[in-house]
Amino acid sequence: MSGPGSLSKRRSLSAPGGLSDAPEMDDEEYVPDEAAGLPGDPLADLAREHGLQLSSARPKLFDYMKQLWQRRYFITGFATARNIAMYTDSRLGQVWQVLTPLLNVGVYYLIFGLVLDTSRGVKNFIAFLVIGVFVFNFTQRSCIISSRVMFDSLPLIRALHFPRACLPLGYVLIELQQLMVSVVVIFATVLAVGEPVTWYWLLIIPVLLMQTLFNVGCSFILARIGAGFDDVSQLLPFIVRTWFYCSGVMFSIQTYRTLAQHPGLTRLLQYNPAAVYITLVRDVLMRSQRLSSPGAQPYNSHLCTLYYQHSSESQYILDSGHCHAVINQATLWYCGIGWGVLAIVVGFIFFWRAEVQYGRG
Amino acid sequence: MAKPMVVVDDLHVVYRVYGGGGDKGTAASSLMRLMRKQRRPSIREVHAIRGVSFVAYRGDAVGVIGRNGSGKSTLLRAIAGLLPAEQGAVYTDGHGALLGVNAALLDDLTGEKNVVLGCLAMGMSRQEVRDRYPKIVEFSGVGDFVNLPMRAYSTGMGSRLRFAIASAKSHDILLVDEALATGDAEFRQKSHRRIDELRAEAGTVFLVAHNLGEIEENCNRVIWLEKGKIVQAGDDVPGIVDAYLEASGGQPRVREPAKI
Repeated sequence: MSGPGSLSKRRSLSAPGGLSDAPEMDDEEYVPDEAAGLPGDPLADLAREHGLQLSSARPKLFDYMKQLWQRRYFITGFATARNIAMYTDSRLGQVWQVLTPLLNVGVYYLIFGLVLDTSRGVKNFIAFLVIGVFVFNFTQRSCIISSRVMFDSLPLIRALHFPRACLPLGYVLIELQQLMVSVVVIFATVLAVGEPVTWYWLLIIPVLLMQTLFNVGCSFILARIGAGFDDVSQLLPFIVRTWFYCSGVMFSIQTYRTLAQHPGLTRLLQYNPAAVYITLVRDVLMRSQRLSSPGAQPYNSHLCTLYYQHSSESQYILDSGHCHAVINQATLWYCGIGWGVLAIVVGFIFFWRAEVQYGRG
Repeated sequence: MAKPMVVVDDLHVVYRVYGGGGDKGTAASSLMRLMRKQRRPSIREVHAIRGVSFVAYRGDAVGVIGRNGSGKSTLLRAIAGLLPAEQGAVYTDGHGALLGVNAALLDDLTGEKNVVLGCLAMGMSRQEVRDRYPKIVEFSGVGDFVNLPMRAYSTGMGSRLRFAIASAKSHDILLVDEALATGDAEFRQKSHRRIDELRAEAGTVFLVAHNLGEIEENCNRVIWLEKGKIVQAGDDVPGIVDAYLEASGGQPRVREPAKI
């Protein structure tokens, strides 16, 4: 089977007509070679004998994770390079990283703080809003760009062999870098409205870590779906916008008066992962939020009623803490961990299962 | 006995092409289609490889020739594991690295970033990348252009850099798709030497080129594809090249008696 000439012997195994010298090819239906792939097929046996692998075989889950770890510098390098490339054509460059969320906050403050006045009953509304917008933005952007990552990186996927999970990971890393800038803005705003610096601030690290896990999981899922159907990236902005309005970015789910009459709905909204992370960050950074979140103070029905009757008056604004909590603080933390772990496990496996299909067609 | 590196076993590859026309392209017609639960009429299947089988051994340099659209590039991409087989299978020892003319990596980024990221993606450590970086840039011959984004490169420069990146690591299987065609004479010499080196490092090289001289210089075997099937394959490289030329209506190549 070896040596010169073996290639010409081999070709006798090719489809009928493969040997004819005249290039007379017609478009007849191909007749499947039934021997292929079955035991006794000489070529498959030869391959097996020499330990050859299917070229499009999916790596085992554990090997895949190892490969991914080995490519960690590629992931960070890819993220940094993309981040730089993203703004090369604009004059302000990286300044947009801060400017975009700030402008967003400006718009939401104008609409929800001044025009619609959803700020009722929330102390230091501007800090409350800034945290909501930036924290939600992290999840939102991770989801939206991940749905396009496989399309955007097609040349790279087709040219080189590497675990494809590097790409969504890289994109979330870009967003994480952007979030770091946003966090500075958040700190500045929280201080500016007069919230004190406390040890609680350190807890922002685990919260954002859990959120990152959740985002990575989501982006794995959306990257795989988006690679299959381009329709997803058209539809996603609408889904995300609905999610935005359900996540209590510009109103407090816990203390919004209309919601207080519907504990079932409030519970549902509070279990929503985006709301969980936003609420946790607010509670960690803002003393007024910690004090006013329902359940934070001993229950007092009189004060609680007063809060809902006079929530725009500053003397009662923190009294929502005397109401019953729909979801207590501990449950909120468990939810944050749960959502993060669930998303990353499900997302990673979901993405990995289609590993060899990316970049085809 | 030489070890087989690539076993292609009755391979069929089918592309599904979207947007091939047939739809009026209006929202109403799309909606009607969805209501009738029809598949998108614009999906068309292209049967690019129709039952190809062969074995390539360690140290082989296999040339793949054939007309445009005969399935040469598809075959290479299937060997690289980038296209799944519709039927049959491709077995390889290790992963193939594919180099193509249009395999731009990251167009917005500088050549330097592309070198670093490409090497990291192939699984090199940061130290290895640092060590090999000067050699890669020197080999590609892009000079000062390495600090410019790759979209500013000429076609030749781009493909030279890509070849330099992909050949920086010794691959078990290197698949070169016309990447050398755009290089100048000097670069062709260099890449010829590099391909020889890679073969000597017990790898297998596949080369797709329309320049038959290049095939004859670099390859010890050749596969002639026509409409996704093998017409001829073997190690009589000049013979098969001549037969191919004849079938295309050309004259046999005039060869100098002794090549340098």
